[in-house]
Amino acid sequence: MPSLGADMEQGVLVEWLVKVGDPVHRGDVVAVVETPKSTVEVECFETGTVEELLVSEGERVPVGQALARLGDGAVAAAPPPDASGSPDASGSPEAARSTTAGAPPPTTAPAPRPRPLSPVLRHRARELGVDPVTVHGTGRDGALTRHDVEAAASRPRHRLRVSPLARRLAAQEGVDLDTLTGTGAEGSIRADDVRRAGRHTTPSGRVHPPVSTAPRPAAAAPTSDMRRSIAALMTVSNRDIPHYHLTLTVDLQRGLVWMRERNRELDMAERLVPAALLLAATARAVRSVPELNGHWVDDGFRPAADVDLGLILSLRSGGLLVPAIAGADRLTVDETMARIRELTRRARAGRLRGSDLVQPSITVSNLGDQGVDSVLGVIYPPQVALVGFGAVGDRPWAVDGMLGVRPLVTVSLAGDHRASDGATGSRLLRTIDRLLQTPEEL
Amino acid sequence: MTDDPRTMLETALREIVPDASLDGLDGGADLRETFELDSLDVVELVERLGKRAGFRIEDDDADQLRTVDSATAFLARRARAARH
Repeated sequence: MPSLGADMEQGVLVEWLVKVGDPVHRGDVVAVVETPKSTVEVECFETGTVEELLVSEGERVPVGQALARLGDGAVAAAPPPDASGSPDASGSPEAARSTTAGAPPPTTAPAPRPRPLSPVLRHRARELGVDPVTVHGTGRDGALTRHDVEAAASRPRHRLRVSPLARRLAAQEGVDLDTLTGTGAEGSIRADDVRRAGRHTTPSGRVHPPVSTAPRPAAAAPTSDMRRSIAALMTVSNRDIPHYHLTLTVDLQRGLVWMRERNRELDMAERLVPAALLLAATARAVRSVPELNGHWVDDGFRPAADVDLGLILSLRSGGLLVPAIAGADRLTVDETMARIRELTRRARAGRLRGSDLVQPSITVSNLGDQGVDSVLGVIYPPQVALVGFGAVGDRPWAVDGMLGVRPLVTVSLAGDHRASDGATGSRLLRTIDRLLQTPEEL
Repeated sequence: MTDDPRTMLETALREIVPDASLDGLDGGADLRETFELDSLDVVELVERLGKRAGFRIEDDDADQLRTVDSATAFLARRARAARH
């Protein structure tokens, strides 16, 4: 059971997407896990054949417990092994637990890459109305092939593949499996698909709430679970962290001009929004102020090796999720945009992956989209800083001794005063400003 | 053959907000506010509309997609221009 958030102690294995005897590859989604905050697709970190499922559907297990055994003896669906990447790195549950106990994520263990998609294939997927994110890739490293996309498009005509839990649910709720479109691997019908179908009388929001069903002990409503979890974390933050707050107003004229020009060159599907620019600049600035990048653990600051940028996404149904962009300081603005898009889509569809939920080393709140001027944030423990962006808007601004109108944004920092002082925080904000003045170098 | 602008707008919106409906919506109502679209949703709307309509919509045109009326007028105008 991987750790899918700093405050996660246990999770419910809602559904297996593989069975004994199935071959699995590193990065394949193998199970669905429910945490207090959301339903998460858990990926496999090894390649092999499923030998035994150690946890049954509906069971609640602590973080670090092995979920399945693979053919080569490795433990599947455990947290990513260390950077060494040795095949036996996650041999025992104890080893797995030690890598997740609030420690920063492994240094260079790459989160499974977003599946590469050639322009031709992307075009074909769009033509057929297939969302590549939902298609299981059979190519190298799980890459999508033309066949995968076309198979997904013709899915309803294929024979039905139904997970055991989905079949049980369908029988309970009287849902006709023939009428469903499966979203699991190779078009298989999953429990979620049945739940959605059985629930069409309720108004559909964009987020599919993790609905709990019969086989599990009754849980409180999902939203209130998420609310409770946010409440607990923020209470700890306000109680334990002596916050200091700083703000700086940044002129975004150059950044936006650059972005507009770049957007004229980009495919419509790859267009940038200002958030991509702001996040890319923040990630790079954080790299140069390592005192703010890391975690406060056992009365001391533990710097993180990478900049894993947490991104606060608010959900239409209320509440929020904080997936992370791993290694954000090494991404171009275009790549940052692609990651923001994927994470937002997956979060809103209620289908984040385990690798999206690594513990961030610092978090960004982009509340500007909600129209507010600035954010005076509350830090996510055990992190030591949170950067906030207000709305980008045209305002009066002195330029060369004259009053001009410029697109401005207020960037803010909430810092943990145990780990850093205001001078360090100021350095971060000034660096973000400086980087945003030369967007072409980002 | 493409749909009429209003249908196109509604279909594209529904792909982002599944229960979106233009029925009974005031022509001058702000789409972003009504459907709680953030900047990413707007970019996606622009992309999906462009794909449906078969022409590229630039960033600078996004302001014309603010309301139902201005968006349908914009789409109709661009479609006419593309035919000539």
